[in-house]
Amino acid sequence: MVNLNTPSVAKHAGLLGLGAYRPTRVVPNSELVDRIESSDEWIRERSGIIERRYAGEDETVTTMATSAAIAALADAKVVATDIDLVILATFTHRYATPSAAAEVSAAIGAVNAAAVDVGAACAGFAYAVGLADAAVRAGTAKTVLVIGSEKISEVIDFDDRGTAFLFGDGAGAAVIGATTEQGVGPTVWGADGSQKDAIIMHPDTFTAGKEKTNSVLTMQGQTVFRWAISSMGDVCKRALDAAGVTPEDIKAFVPHQANMRITNSLVKNLGFPESVVIARDIESAGNTSAASIPLALDRLRQNGEVASGDLVLMIGFGAGLAFAAQVARLP
Amino acid sequence: MSQEDVLAGLASIVNEVAGIPAESVQMEKSFVDDLDVDSLSMVEVVMLCEERFGVTIPDSEVKNLNTVADAVNYITANKQ
Repeated sequence: MVNLNTPSVAKHAGLLGLGAYRPTRVVPNSELVDRIESSDEWIRERSGIIERRYAGEDETVTTMATSAAIAALADAKVVATDIDLVILATFTHRYATPSAAAEVSAAIGAVNAAAVDVGAACAGFAYAVGLADAAVRAGTAKTVLVIGSEKISEVIDFDDRGTAFLFGDGAGAAVIGATTEQGVGPTVWGADGSQKDAIIMHPDTFTAGKEKTNSVLTMQGQTVFRWAISSMGDVCKRALDAAGVTPEDIKAFVPHQANMRITNSLVKNLGFPESVVIARDIESAGNTSAASIPLALDRLRQNGEVASGDLVLMIGFGAGLAFAAQVARLP
Repeated sequence: MSQEDVLAGLASIVNEVAGIPAESVQMEKSFVDDLDVDSLSMVEVVMLCEERFGVTIPDSEVKNLNTVADAVNYITANKQ
């Protein structure tokens, strides 16, 4: 039998840099309330959202991802030609093919990179971080660009009281590469496709022969809320255990910014000490699916609430009933 | 456990979740219209009911629980 070579591997992987892009147009609750016969107060009470941002015509999943990626590369002091894998998490890229990752690679000049999109909706960024960590330590890539980018405003049903106010657009990115100490804890992840109808975008996006596409996102809010508050706390605990740390070791908890009520419930369940900063970027960003964790991380850094070397607990969860969580050390 | 006990337990749960005085939780009251328990709080109420009454309330049943009486009757009929 002929033996196959294995690649040279990095012993440890970690975050090297972070970046974000927020669309320019700010959309307050007041702009959305008439069509759903609601009020600013009702939306704040139900979700914690005060405003969100919607991308304009010239801001797409790929342009926003590109801006976030450039910021992350600068933060990491890594040049684009050193990136050898781009993993982009999204569910709102307009094209089933080619991937948004391939377009972003070209836009930033990552000519040596493999490129692939990940479809895990709101869990996408945490999935991509797990894949990037594994790729670096397996030697299939040396330096990975991980991006979450969403233009959800194009698939919102503005007459649906349950979801019209919830979502926003944006992008966030991280560079993951070899580090001297392990900077990403084990990823705890899973999915439950038997609940595919809980959050689903339909009708189908293949519109050949149809005059107009009307693909919107629908969500069974109570089902998703119940799943999140009853199961995700345990996933967080498993991610802490897997990393070998306790809630006291964590500087910030950065859950997917799904709904402030879910965040509050998880915080209560996990019993973090006062010293732990809770990411609440949803107030001004809404739920940006795969972009929400890196956007929230960016906010914490901009506000000076976290510093280099701090440990954060991240968890993404959403459609597919997919979830992923890990502890990471900030660059 | 009598219906009165279930009502008292439910009233305490509604108070805990939504901050509504337990004495306001009466049989004929609607969760949404009278008690201002929104759909997400209702999920939390249901989860605590499952825990404390040893009853299973599937998502498909939650939408049928419009009034306090609906919930009390369901719990009384289904608890182990």
